[in-house]
Parts: sequence; structure tokens; C-alpha cells
Amino acid sequence: MLTYLRKRIISSALPLVVVVVGVFALARLTGNPASLYLPLNATEAMREDFVVRNGLDQPLWIQMGRYFGGILRLDFGTSMRTGQDAADMALRAFPATLQLAGMTMAIAIVLAVFVGSAAALKPNGILDRFASFLSMTAASIPDFWLAIVGIWVFAITLGWVPTSGVAGAAAWVLPVATLVMRPFGALVQVIRGAMVSSLSEPYIKLARSKGATQYRVVGSHALRNAAAPGLTVAGDLTVGLVNGAVVVETIFGWPGIGKLMIDSILQRDFAVLQACVLLTAVAIFILNILIDLGYALLDPRVRPSAGARGRRRARSARRGNPTEIKDPAATGASV
Amino acid sequence: MTQTHSGTASAQPKRSRAEQLGRPSMWRMLLRDRFATLAALILTFVTLTAVFGPALMGELATRQDLMFMNKPPFDPSNGWAYILGSDSLGRSMLARMVVATRTTLMVAVPAVLLAMVIGSLWGVWAGYHRGRRENISMRLADIIMSFPSLLLAVVVLYVFSPSAANIVLILAITRIPIYMRTARAESAELQSRTFVDAARTFGTRPNAIIVRHVIPVVTPTLLTLATLEFCFVMLAESSLSFLGIGIQPPDVSWGLMVAQGRQYLQTAWWLSILPGLAIVITAVAANMLAAWMRIATDPSQRWRLTLDKATTKAFKKVIKDAK
Amino acid sequence: MMTHLLEPDVVMNDSGQTVLEVRDLDVDIRTPKGTVRVVRGVGFTARRGQTLALLGESGCGKSMTAKAIAGLLDPVASVAGGHAFLDGKDLNTMSARERREVAGPGLGIVFQDALTALNPVYTIGTQLGEAFRIHRGASRKQAKAEAIDLMRRVGIPEPETRVNSYPHQFSGGMRQRILIAMAVALSPRLLIADEPTTALDVTVQAQIMQLLRKLRSEEDMAVVLITHDLSVVAEEADDVCVMYAGNVVEQGSVRTVFAEPTHPYTKGLLESVPGDSVRGQGLSSIPGSPPELNKIPAGCVYQDRCPLVAQICRDERPQLRPTGPRQRAACHFAERVGQETVSQTGVVSVEEENQ
Repeated sequence: MLTYLRKRIISSALPLVVVVVGVFALARLTGNPASLYLPLNATEAMREDFVVRNGLDQPLWIQMGRYFGGILRLDFGTSMRTGQDAADMALRAFPATLQLAGMTMAIAIVLAVFVGSAAALKPNGILDRFASFLSMTAASIPDFWLAIVGIWVFAITLGWVPTSGVAGAAAWVLPVATLVMRPFGALVQVIRGAMVSSLSEPYIKLARSKGATQYRVVGSHALRNAAAPGLTVAGDLTVGLVNGAVVVETIFGWPGIGKLMIDSILQRDFAVLQACVLLTAVAIFILNILIDLGYALLDPRVRPSAGARGRRRARSARRGNPTEIKDPAATGASV
Repeated sequence: MTQTHSGTASAQPKRSRAEQLGRPSMWRMLLRDRFATLAALILTFVTLTAVFGPALMGELATRQDLMFMNKPPFDPSNGWAYILGSDSLGRSMLARMVVATRTTLMVAVPAVLLAMVIGSLWGVWAGYHRGRRENISMRLADIIMSFPSLLLAVVVLYVFSPSAANIVLILAITRIPIYMRTARAESAELQSRTFVDAARTFGTRPNAIIVRHVIPVVTPTLLTLATLEFCFVMLAESSLSFLGIGIQPPDVSWGLMVAQGRQYLQTAWWLSILPGLAIVITAVAANMLAAWMRIATDPSQRWRLTLDKATTKAFKKVIKDAK
Repeated sequence: MMTHLLEPDVVMNDSGQTVLEVRDLDVDIRTPKGTVRVVRGVGFTARRGQTLALLGESGCGKSMTAKAIAGLLDPVASVAGGHAFLDGKDLNTMSARERREVAGPGLGIVFQDALTALNPVYTIGTQLGEAFRIHRGASRKQAKAEAIDLMRRVGIPEPETRVNSYPHQFSGGMRQRILIAMAVALSPRLLIADEPTTALDVTVQAQIMQLLRKLRSEEDMAVVLITHDLSVVAEEADDVCVMYAGNVVEQGSVRTVFAEPTHPYTKGLLESVPGDSVRGQGLSSIPGSPPELNKIPAGCVYQDRCPLVAQICRDERPQLRPTGPRQRAACHFAERVGQETVSQTGVVSVEEENQ
């Protein structure tokens, strides 16, 4: 198990480093922040001074070296916009995003397990067709559109919930409801498919032959087997949400990492942007390892002790099963 | 299964070769599924609108008329051009949506095709050769997947011109890994099969085997995936446009229209709602078609679409047991 | 379809107490082309401490019959008529709840493929103990103790450590033993074994059959053994029920049926066994293949392959009728089958057919 974990950590660390370096380089391609931070009538000397003060006159590789040197001393730089410590800003924004992501996924998973299982009991039945239409629609609604429709109907017209902010439980309703749609739609389809195939396995008949109740057969024998593919997709969806639900956070004024990231990009606040990217990358890295652990917990066949065959299975399952097409909404990379 | 199929084939001899082989035609299967038929019709309509619409209404879309400012939709007294209402400059919503259809598709379709071709070929190649080539390719895919696509979009937008072509490029690059992973998994599985071994023993070159034996097998899966991806890419484009880093005015896409209408939500709801609905309807249609394709291209599930009445998956197993 | 009620006691052994009595069982499945009857009017009796074999080639409906009795038919299949009395109670009219109460203590079933029949994500101990938790309200600890006990009984080495293993960590033979242990966990009155050895090596097959025999006498169960293997029937079973295309074509005690078959199908099957054949002479086989289930002809189900076929076979379906003291067959010419020899019945060998 430990060797397996170590391997997994090493293989996931590479993308992490590349992303951080890539973001550093790309961010500098977006142009000189001097024009944004200095008054329009700033003199050439003032510009020069700004560039030098922020170390932007150095070649890219020296800037990068300094930056990584700073990271080793846990110094992530200061925000050009606010003058605050960049890491502090990112860390302060992150809990809001995590809470939103956690709440969203919890609701999406619970709903999807019920709807998906119920649909799988009678494949092609009325409930199944309804659930499949519902999940497709849920996965097809653009979140920004749903958000503004939600604000229009429930916040402005009906006045039930605030239009933005994080104050009180009511403020959570619209952002969570908006975000829940896509994970819900994707998960219903995955769980339904996994449950249909799991329910047609011989071990279900064996359980019934022992006199197990329908609840026991579905809830324990079938669902436990369907959980692994569900976890894979749920993991990818969570990764997408942890990366920051930029659109929803922007629309609802949610002080999360996504909003901070887009603001930093638009303001060329490089230090904050890099801190945000690094933080989310680390979080996703940890999340991926947790997902792998959860996977091994759910399916004994993929536990490393089961030998090389099991390990291959685990990996191929995590990388996308050839016979099963993932929902695009389920494959992370949210915008 | 074979029994019932051969029975049908002999009963109605005037059928295509594919059907005689026990494979019902795609058309027949499409028409069997009412939802899929509807989805195909919607997508055809959207495509036709994108192709021919702008030629018919392009001029109307930019014509401002202060007499017709913020007219609500579905009011025939304003004339057919304003049947979907008008915006704050008195432009016809109908015409603007028609023009936006083309922009939206002009971004989504090339992005999907580009990502599909590159990602699939790369993935098939990596999966076929395995080893180092596979590992490096998959690491690359991991890296692309974990890259904040938003940042990429902003960079391209600032460094290069914010054109539709660049948006296509960003969306294609960020979606390549999806095809890569699926194609690699399928190809890795196929390359260990006997028919590939057989081809190899005859001295067929790897590229020839990939073209002749691997690609035909993985194509249906990848096409289905592409249909789903169309939905995703369209949503991504509208999100970018909504955030102001996608399509730029005076061009117009559905996502941009939603963004532009946002501030008028209380006075002129249709400016945001209608383009949003267009996105939803098109995306749902793509989703439904993909769901149908997934079944229709899977030989072990295809029988479902040949049934007159819905039956369960267990049916196949029963036949097997009973034979 | 048979309409008259069978009187099974006429032919079967008269020793032992009847545990299962199946009468006129019909099973239908729904297909795209309409409903197909896969089991027609099947009837037999299984007695305590004895084994009844359901014999037939694949697709003859023997598995369907077993699943119908066990209440484990797939959703597209349904019992269309008839009765299955377990200790006098009709399984077919039971409520779902009553059936659940019977499943386990009343009736255990051993499945064919142990790898797919065991739930891959639970330990063997959990799965073995499940029956005790469901029916006896045992605690986890008690259930585990019972599981270890069961494993020891079916001959799994080191049960105390193996109880925490998962199905994929066992060999095929061990998995089959576990399945058997699961089926006999609550000492059922009736054990249905659905081709329990098909997926196994020959040496392991023998061990499994031996285990089943041992458990049968220990528990004094009635066993219904579903198989296509004539030698297994000859060795293990007391009574046999030969099925063809969803129908019982011959039944009786194994000894009489195998010694003097009175149905051409049974006879053909027995003659295709290599045991008595002369070296250099081709093995005999039955020409043709069973009819498709949706195209079963009127009249006798075996008419297309029968060497004795006559006009009456095409017009009228023969009913099961006594053909000996412990034997019944559904053939218009049962008496002739009993008398005639191989060449006279015209069962052709492979070579003859090819010439």
C-alpha cells in the first residue's frame, strides 16, 4: 500500500510542478501590469521604477528562480493590488470555495444515488426515462444562465434569498442549487449505468437466494459495487469545483478562490494568481490521492495487495474505462 | 439473439446487407427512438440556421430601430422580425440569435473536430505502442487537464487577438486529453487482441494496423464522445463569452447575448432568457443524440433499439440461458 | 401443453419423504417477437436424502425450471402456470415476504459460476454470515463464527484467516465450495445445484460432487441437480428427469431409465457416450439440433430428430405415460424404443452422416 501511495504521489507531483511553472510563464505573457497600476499620465521614470520594484525587468528565468526560492522559504510574494501577502489572500479565499464544493458534492451525490438507483431498478421504465431526461437537462444548462435566472426569479422577483454574499443560510441556496446541476446530471447517469449492470450480476441472485430484502439487495450488494465508478466521476467533478467555480463565484459575489483567480488575472496580480494556482494544485493533488484510497477501500480487487493485475485495473479505471464514456461535465476542467 | 434476427431477415428478404447480417440500419434505429429523432431534428435545424440564417437575416441583426426598443417577444403586432422581441437598441432578437447561432457553432464544431482528431490519433498511437510513449503521453494529458483553462484563455486573449479562431484553439487544446484517454484505453485493450496479433505476424506495419484494425473499432466510441463534447464545448464557449474573455462584440454568440442581457433582466428578461434557452435546447439535443449513439454503436446493447416495446437488459441473458 | 395433472408417485421411488413437488410448471419469456414458452408442463418430485437430476442439453429449460422454483427468474421471464410445492406449500402463490422467509432455510441454491456469483466487494465471511444475519438475527460476531464453521465443513483450509479474504483471492474449486457452504448455511430442506461443476477442472469436479453427496446425507436434504453430464447423473442421482425443448420427455429412477430408455432422445443421448463404443467405430450422435424455442412444432417436440418419426408424431403431442415400473416417457412409440437396438432405431453415427 505504501509503495503504491509513494508511486502515486511521485506521478502526480510532476503535473503539479509543470502547472506552477506554466502558470508563471503564461501569466507574464499577459502583458505589463504597470499600465494597470499607474495613473494614465505616469512618466516613463515612474513606469521604470514600478517594473524594477516588482522585479519585472529581470529575464523570465531569474524571476522564476526568485519565485521558487521564495516558495522554499514559504514566501509567495505580495499582491500588487492590495499589498497583502499573496498566500494569505489565497488561503483566506479557499475555505469559501471548499465549503461550496463540499456542500454541492454532498447534495449531488445523495440525490444522484437515490435517483440513479431508482432509475436502474426498472431499466427503460417511466422513472428511468424521466431520470435520464432530467439528468441530461441538468448537465446541459449553462451555470451562468441558471444563476442569473435564479437571481431574477428568487432574489429579485420573489425576494426569498439574497442576490449575493455569504451571510446566512439563505445565501447558500442559489449558488449551491446552480452548481449542483452538472454534478447531479453526470452522477445520475454514471450511477444508473453502474447500478443496471450491477443489478444484473449473478451475485444479486445469490443475495436474493439467501432471502435478502430488496433494500439489502439494492442498498448494500448492488450499490457497493456501483460505488467505484461513481467515485471516479465524483472525484473528477470535485476537482473541477475545487479549481474554483469561477462563473458562479463571480455572479454571486462568493469570496472564493475562483473569483480571486479571475480578479488576479484581470488585474495582472501575478503573485496572488500564482498562490491561487499553487494552492488549488496542491489541494487537487491531495484530493486525487484520497480518491485513490477511497477506491481501494471500495473495491478490494484494486487494492495493491491483490497484485499487479488489480493495480492495472485500478489505474485503467481511474484513467477512464474504455467501455464507458464519461460525461463531459464529469471530466473536470470547468471554466 | 441470433435466432430471432435470422428469423426476421428471412421473413423480410428485402433489406440491406447490414440488416441481413443482423444489424439494423442506423436510420431505422434512430427513428425507433423518439427522443433521438427529436434531438437529431433539433440539431439539423440549428445547423441549417447557422449555415443559411445569417445570409437571410444578417442585415436585420445589426439594424437599429429606436421605434422598436426593448419590445417583448411573442407580440405579432410588431411584425415577424420582432417575434422574439428586440434589444435596447431596437435590434431584432430573432435575427441576432440566428447570427449568434453561426458564431456559436463556428466555435464549437471546429473545436470539437480538432480536439477529436488530434486527441484520438494521439491516444490510439500511445495505446498501441504502450511503454514509454504511452506514459509520456498520459502525463502530458494529466498536465493539460490540471491546467487552469481559464488562464490559458486569458493569456491567448491578451497576447493574441481575441478572435474566434483563438477560442477554438484554446477549447481544442484543453479538450484533447479527454479523447486521448478514451482512445488510449481502447487502443491498449485492442492491441493485445488476437486479430491485431495476427496482423502483426503478417508483418503489417504498426501504422497500417492502427489505421486498418484499431481506428475502425474505436471510431464509434469517439464519435459518441465527440457528440457529448460538443455540448461541453458549447457551454465552455458561452461561459468564456459571458466572462468577457470569449467572443467579443460586435460579434455575437449565445453566451455573449446572455451576458449582455444580464443588466436588463428586470426590464427585458427575454434578452438573457431566450439565448440561454437556445443553449439549453441545443445542449440537451446533443446529449440525447449521444445517449442514443452510445447504444446504437454498441453491438451488445443495440438490440434495445430494435425492440418495439421497451424491455430490460436482462432480456439478453435470459435468451442465452434459455437456448 | 399438458393439461392433465401428473401423478408423480406412480413412477418415482416410493421411499423417502417428498420435499418438493413440481406440477405442470410453465415458464414464459417475453422477447421482441412475442412471448415464448421455455418450460412446458414440467413435473417431478424430489425426496429427502435423495438426488433428482434434471438432465438436458443447454437451452432445454432445465435452468429455467430451477430458477422458477427458486423464484430467481429474470424480470422478462415469468411463471405462467403450474405449482411448485415445497413441503406442501405452493411457492408460486407465496407473497414476496413469504418467499424471502423460505429462501435460505427452505431452499438453497448453488450457482454455476462461482466467480460472478460471489459479490466481489465483500469478504467471504460477510457473505457466508449474511444468511444468519437475515434469518436468525445473528450479530456480526456470531455470523462470522458460523461462517468459519461452514468453511470448515466444506473443507476450506485455515478458515479462521481465510474468512476475511475476498472472492478473487480463492481458486475456482474453493469458490465453488464457498457457494455450496452458502447454500447449505441454514440446512435447507431442498438444495438446487445448477451445474455446480461446469466451470471446474475434472479433478475438482469430483471433489465438489463428493462434497455435495456428503452434505446431502448430513443434512438429509433433497437435492435437485441440474446438469448436462450423463456420467454425473449416473453416479450421483437417484431419479432423473430428461428434458428436451422445455418438456420432460422421460423420467424415472436413474437405474431403469439408463438401463432401458423408453424415449428415443434419452436413448440417443446414452448412445453418444463413448463408454461402450467399439474402437474404430465412430461415436454415434443425434443428428440435427433442438428446435428454436419460438418455433417448436405442433406434435412431438423431438419429431425433427427422431428416427422413429411417424405421422402421429406430427399431429399429436405425446403425453408422459408409464413405460415401466419406475419410468415414464412422452413418446408414441415408447415400447418400440425399449426393444430396438441402435441400428434398428436408425441413430446414425457421424461417419454415416458425412458419407
